[in-house]
Amino acid sequence: MTTPFFLPDLGEGVHEAEILAVPIIVGQDIVEGDIILEIETDKAAVEIPSPFTGTVSEILVQVDDMSVVGDVLVQFSMESTSTKSTQVEKTDKRKRVVPASPSTRRLARELGVDLHEIVPSAPGAVITKDDIQTFAADHSKATEPLEPEQKKSTPERKIAIPTTLPDFNQWGPTERLPFRSIRRATAARMSRSWTMIPHVHCQDVVDITLLEAFRQKHKDAVQSTGGRLTLTVFALKAVATALKNFPHFNSSLDLENQEIIVKQYFHIGVAVDSPKGLTVPVIFDVDRKSIKELSQEVHGAIQRVRAGKQTREEMQGGTFTITNAGALGGNTFSAIINHPEVAILGLGQGRMQATVVSEDRGRQEHKIVPRLIMPIVLCFDHRVVDGGDAIRFLRTIIDSLEDPDELLMTMI
Amino acid sequence: MVMGDMETYTELLIIGSGPAGYSAAFRGAELGIEVTMVDPALLPGGNYLHSHCIPAKNLFHLTQTLKQAKQAAAKGLNFTSPAIDLTAIKAWRDQVIQATAANLITMAKKHGVQLIRGLAKFEDSTTVRLTGAEISRIRFKYCIVATGARPIALADFPFSADSRIMSTAAALHLTEIPSTLLVVGGGPTGIEIGSLYATFGSRVTLAEKSKQLLPGVDRDLVAPVEKRLAQLFTDIKLNTQVAISQEFFNEVEVTFKTGSTSSKHRFDRILVAVGLAATTDSLGLEQIDITVDGRGFIPIDKSQKTSGKNIFAVGDITGQPMLAHKAIRAGRVAAEVIAGRTAIFDVQATPIIIYTDPQICWCGLSERQAAENSIPYTTQKYSWKNSAHAQAMDTTDGFTKLLVDPENNRILGAGICGSGSESLIAEAALAIEMGALAEDLALTLHPHPTTSATYEATAELFKKTPAHT
Repeated sequence: MTTPFFLPDLGEGVHEAEILAVPIIVGQDIVEGDIILEIETDKAAVEIPSPFTGTVSEILVQVDDMSVVGDVLVQFSMESTSTKSTQVEKTDKRKRVVPASPSTRRLARELGVDLHEIVPSAPGAVITKDDIQTFAADHSKATEPLEPEQKKSTPERKIAIPTTLPDFNQWGPTERLPFRSIRRATAARMSRSWTMIPHVHCQDVVDITLLEAFRQKHKDAVQSTGGRLTLTVFALKAVATALKNFPHFNSSLDLENQEIIVKQYFHIGVAVDSPKGLTVPVIFDVDRKSIKELSQEVHGAIQRVRAGKQTREEMQGGTFTITNAGALGGNTFSAIINHPEVAILGLGQGRMQATVVSEDRGRQEHKIVPRLIMPIVLCFDHRVVDGGDAIRFLRTIIDSLEDPDELLMTMI
Repeated sequence: MVMGDMETYTELLIIGSGPAGYSAAFRGAELGIEVTMVDPALLPGGNYLHSHCIPAKNLFHLTQTLKQAKQAAAKGLNFTSPAIDLTAIKAWRDQVIQATAANLITMAKKHGVQLIRGLAKFEDSTTVRLTGAEISRIRFKYCIVATGARPIALADFPFSADSRIMSTAAALHLTEIPSTLLVVGGGPTGIEIGSLYATFGSRVTLAEKSKQLLPGVDRDLVAPVEKRLAQLFTDIKLNTQVAISQEFFNEVEVTFKTGSTSSKHRFDRILVAVGLAATTDSLGLEQIDITVDGRGFIPIDKSQKTSGKNIFAVGDITGQPMLAHKAIRAGRVAAEVIAGRTAIFDVQATPIIIYTDPQICWCGLSERQAAENSIPYTTQKYSWKNSAHAQAMDTTDGFTKLLVDPENNRILGAGICGSGSESLIAEAALAIEMGALAEDLALTLHPHPTTSATYEATAELFKKTPAHT
């Protein structure tokens, strides 16, 4: 008896996954709980344990395949021979050699086309490259949703549709690299955000001289508890405070119902530059955690992302995002909002700059002094909030960061 | 000088520098991967270049010349009997090997592949320890295991240099032409090397434990060879087990056991050709938890991947069929997969050649495979008796055979027995890979007079009214 193993439901909003590794082979005996597949969704890499004990009779996927929830990935044979004949018939059909030249077969692999699915021009005729290309084109058309509403819900498909490009090899050698997993998910999200949201960027600078002194003073103590006291940690706290004062920045726009959904929790995403691409783990309930706790959590999340060990759960539920380009040496930049959030805060690198400081000693005195100045940018969705709110929101954050005492005092 | 614990990192580590290893290395480098290849041998090339295929084919070429000179006498062309200079033969052989190895080194340099001499053993799934090398440890992201296979010795008599009990590698060194030679094993290697010695003048006895020579090969392909071997060899003992009793300074005593009878015999030398075992013993595979089959070979999937996530295996270490051309493709596939491409080993017709006299080769479906897997086929054979070219080459006992799909005459397999057939089989491989019909082969113009024209003639036989009958 054979039992199919389907791609399980991977949680909210995740319909497809890329097969990262297939650590099993046909004929291998599997015990329930053994890892049989490693997959990656656009949120995280997951190891899938076998729900059965049995022998692998057929593996229907290979590395780099995209599978949709409900696809049969692996066939297990359980100890019983009663239904063997039907199974043999099934596999025979798949195993039957489809006549096609080696280069045609390679094209089919590259386009993800199963030769068995192609109907040749005449019964028994050789499959040609044209057949493959026609099939691939028809196939992508067929899966393209017709309703505009549906289109919006699966814009990834749009990106998958090939656009006509010139033959770049005519100007010099090129190399074709796969466009998939996190890279592809990032492309889809960025396109969606950029095309849907009217972005406005609000630039300013923060004098973090005092904050940096405070950070230097406490960072070793935090480090000894397994955390890293970075600027992002203070920014998290400052943002949580600002969000409480300006709840619209902690919302999502529900166009369908014509409502603004204001969230009463403060889960803030931190953009992490990982070897696989941009990943945004979410730090939950930032408002209810101490600086020390946040130092540990952010550090832990970054470590997990860099090792590819982040879980799906910690990649969703964010209400706002912080991206800190400072550690990499970035100065001013603009950011793209992490939809369905409505704003994102970007931090640049703090650099010593000559700054005019005013002091009131009976009369106004101006001095030029070296101060540690950090660029800061707030990008917001102008459909939901206006420039005035944005400046007030950003001012709250700047004030908190310029004065650690202020940060502690105003912290809600 | 005492070296510290020198450690290095590489993106792709390849263990073994035979055809499987070097093809993976060069393809990987072409695709922009940083590659290091490790092998305990002084020069790259593996058993293929140094101790098996290439030396064997060099000697085969010489014995063919000898044979043709003898046959020429019957046609009015007489040579004086040949003088065999073993030292000169060895020098020629070494020169061929060294030129090929030097070329591999040049290719490695050109591709930026680092070659390290040393014996690698896994410490974990990202580290190997090296012995016999300056660098003591290599960390890697991916590893391709290509350590191959080596000849199995008989019980209690492990192979050693200067022994009269020879492995295939030692036999191909051809240090002397013994007056009597016992070949243990009637597979391709035993018959090939036994034939070499017999042609050079040894009296060769062959013992095979099963009931036939070349078990596993279609019997019709073997039949002409069996006839010739009956003449070439002094004796062929089937259903016979061999046990070595004792090695003397100038001969070896063995016991033959056929059924319930046993007898003792003495031979100048013995060639043990009972098969190949996976070279996995020194690898420390247990450290990385890789699935290995009962005989030590590493199972792989179509992308050459082992059960270890970042570990690939290519070549003889993955089991039968053990062929350099299969290994070369497998190596490239592994490198391409590591480079992120969608490559698999999807060869439909692997050509197999046995260098007997006459040569046997086949590719694609064999009648034996068809029978084992209940695959329907129809077949036609064309005897080389009808080929003027085969007559000129004294190989009229040969034939060309095609297996086709009964539904549409699509070519599924081909087999040839006949002199020079090793150069013919690639055409059938192309036909199968392209999905050609017998009709396509029949309509392709083949030059006359050549034995390649027998393809056209065989393909014609599938028509209701063939041109030649």
